[in-house]
Amino acid sequence: MSSKKEKKLKFNAAWDLDPAPEDSKHVSIKKQYDLFINGEFVKPNSKKYFATYNPATDEKISEVADADEKDVDKAVKAARAAFGKWSKLSGKERGKYIYRIARLMQERAREFAVIETMDGGKPIRESRDIDVPLAANHFFYYAGWADKLEYAFPNRNPKPLGVAGQIIPWNFPLLMAAWKIAPALAAGNTVVLKPAETTPLTALKLAELIRDSGLPKGVVNIITGAGKTGAAIVNHPDIDKIAFTGSTNVGKWIQKSIAGTDKKCTLELGGKAANIIFEDAPLDQAVEGIINGIFFNQGHVCCAGSRLFVQESVADIVIRKLKDRMETLRVGDPMDKNTDIGAINSKQQLLKIQEYIEIGKNEGGEIYQPSCSLPKKGNFCKPTIFLNVSQSHRIVQEEIFGPVLAIQTFRTIEEVIEKANNIPYGLSAGVWTDKGSKIFNLTSKLKAGVVWANTYNKFDPTSPFGGYKESGFGREGGLHGLGAYLTI
Amino acid sequence: MSTKTTIPDFRITPTVDQVGVEERVTRFTTRSIKKESKMQGMKMILSMIDLTTLEGKDTEGKVKQMCYKAAHLHDIIPGLPTVAAVCVYPSMVKTAKDALIGTGVKVASVSTAFPSGQSTHEIKISDTKFAIANGADEIDMVISRGEFLKGNYNFVFDEIAAIKQACGKARLKVIFETGELSTLDNIRKVSDIAMYAGADFIKTSTGKISPAATMPVTLVMLEAIRDYYYATGRMVGMKPAGGISTSKLALQYLIMVNETLGADWLSNEWFRFGASSLANDVLMQIAKQNTGVYQCSDYFSKD
Repeated sequence: MSSKKEKKLKFNAAWDLDPAPEDSKHVSIKKQYDLFINGEFVKPNSKKYFATYNPATDEKISEVADADEKDVDKAVKAARAAFGKWSKLSGKERGKYIYRIARLMQERAREFAVIETMDGGKPIRESRDIDVPLAANHFFYYAGWADKLEYAFPNRNPKPLGVAGQIIPWNFPLLMAAWKIAPALAAGNTVVLKPAETTPLTALKLAELIRDSGLPKGVVNIITGAGKTGAAIVNHPDIDKIAFTGSTNVGKWIQKSIAGTDKKCTLELGGKAANIIFEDAPLDQAVEGIINGIFFNQGHVCCAGSRLFVQESVADIVIRKLKDRMETLRVGDPMDKNTDIGAINSKQQLLKIQEYIEIGKNEGGEIYQPSCSLPKKGNFCKPTIFLNVSQSHRIVQEEIFGPVLAIQTFRTIEEVIEKANNIPYGLSAGVWTDKGSKIFNLTSKLKAGVVWANTYNKFDPTSPFGGYKESGFGREGGLHGLGAYLTI
Repeated sequence: MSTKTTIPDFRITPTVDQVGVEERVTRFTTRSIKKESKMQGMKMILSMIDLTTLEGKDTEGKVKQMCYKAAHLHDIIPGLPTVAAVCVYPSMVKTAKDALIGTGVKVASVSTAFPSGQSTHEIKISDTKFAIANGADEIDMVISRGEFLKGNYNFVFDEIAAIKQACGKARLKVIFETGELSTLDNIRKVSDIAMYAGADFIKTSTGKISPAATMPVTLVMLEAIRDYYYATGRMVGMKPAGGISTSKLALQYLIMVNETLGADWLSNEWFRFGASSLANDVLMQIAKQNTGVYQCSDYFSKD
């Protein structure tokens, strides 16, 4: 026992797991994808295509069309033409189509999960257990509302808005497509959706699925492209509603662009959530909540718990537990079923994260990373925490969108509420305590759209999600999310 | 144990959140264990088994047969370990000890009026001393659950400490009968009490009550062991018992140990499975791994 004096636990030393890669042979990915407009795949007016890469291997997976303004116009026209019939279809009939999409997604769940992981770098465990089932659940949930709109909003005579332009980010490509499309269709709108340029494939597979489902032509149009394509959607005069999930900067630009028009808008933007751990919290589970809060999806989560506040009396023990837990995280091949942290979505994002880590070091933060090794190829980043930082540090103030956690201690409830709210964002927060009254006290004082108590990063189609302040406005999910696609 | 160890106030042991524990357990169960790592894991499981018979109908003949099995799990496959120990009633300790001479397999004896523990202090001490005198290497005692649920933590603590003293050099495993303790908070509390009172191992169940060992309960106990280790520097072993009968489940327990306490606990010195039918399922998996096909259960001896 003398050798154990240092009191250090050894992880992954005696018994390491063999690779357990998910099979990708069963998926079919075409070499080239066109634009999905009016129920069929059509060549882009620009004749241009751009490649999409696997961020874990840097290999090209496929190439997708680059839609220009004319393509956007074509898609919007198709959506407009389809709107009349679709919105007049009975709710029950609309619901049937949406249910069909949900069921098809469940049937093809494995293929979606594999492609999501190949295209975006997230661990197969997450795409298999979270992204894809949750996406299907959103379709199921909103399918149920399609014929009950009058009951959802009694005495309001709810009517669809028209054509919705939807722009989604690269962190949850399929899930965000479901969040956007499902309520829009249930409410009787038609849509033009643009996935992010680094992760277009699952949205295009969804286009194939929608085509197979027999959904009337033009109800859902999916077009690919980068910022210019998105701008063309935002500025198109015949769009009635913009739904955007992405960065705060782009969100601000969208608001400026649509100012003076009667376009409706919901924005789900950045975040820098406070995850607050009190001394009476169940500490081992709270540590799990920290891990899940910041390292889920490599930290590419707008509601990530990227600012940790630990009550000073338990700070040492929580940080020790956190470091031990980080040592057990498996970073590497996203296709391996045992991988906890996959690849950073793009080279560009990896550089941004690395820059922030340098900023943190230069600011004097105390960095800690586990001893894991990273694959030689691909975009990978070690899970990282910074100790001894304050509200005045840039890594505490700015959204990093990566596996980087800034840890501060606090002493009183008033102090932690003030600091948690002392940020331009207000998307989410976490509270860990054994005391129910403390939870309710904080949920009413934290300026965050979602406050999780004794858990983190929990999503459900029935629960509204959205932000305060620079995290955007409008809610997605639940009745609130349905209301955002109706005039009521 | 260091003389500086201060005994904490057991009324304020750390809290546990059941939902969080179950979520963590789910993560362990989705680990994929393949090829060489699976083989290594399965051999580890065999070497960690406390092969158990604890029945009213036990006889010397039955115990002798089980002891042979303990040392000769499946002689057709070379290179297999023996189990860690056999676990019997005090009256069978001598028989088991004699049967296991030279095998390296230890003899564990339940004691303290197993399984209910409803007896006097004197009887519990003499029960333990009888097992030790007959050669038991390890003692599996039961705590007084009634006293614990009454909040009489000092009674529980003192009883464990007294049995520990009666054990002498034998290692003491303390059985909580977690199926009777109702909450994970209680399980965390009793784990702390037992370890500070001197337990060498903490153990979930007698096998006589359902539910017996579960992964959430075991995780809470492993986390208590980890915190105790950091507080005192002393390693304490873990023994889930009852209800673990498949190699798949046993591998998931090992994953949990590996990711909670690390490599130092991955040996039969610090981790045991209390089980009667687990060994044959593991043997069947090992045979399958070697030959590529599953064999009929009648190819594996039942003793």
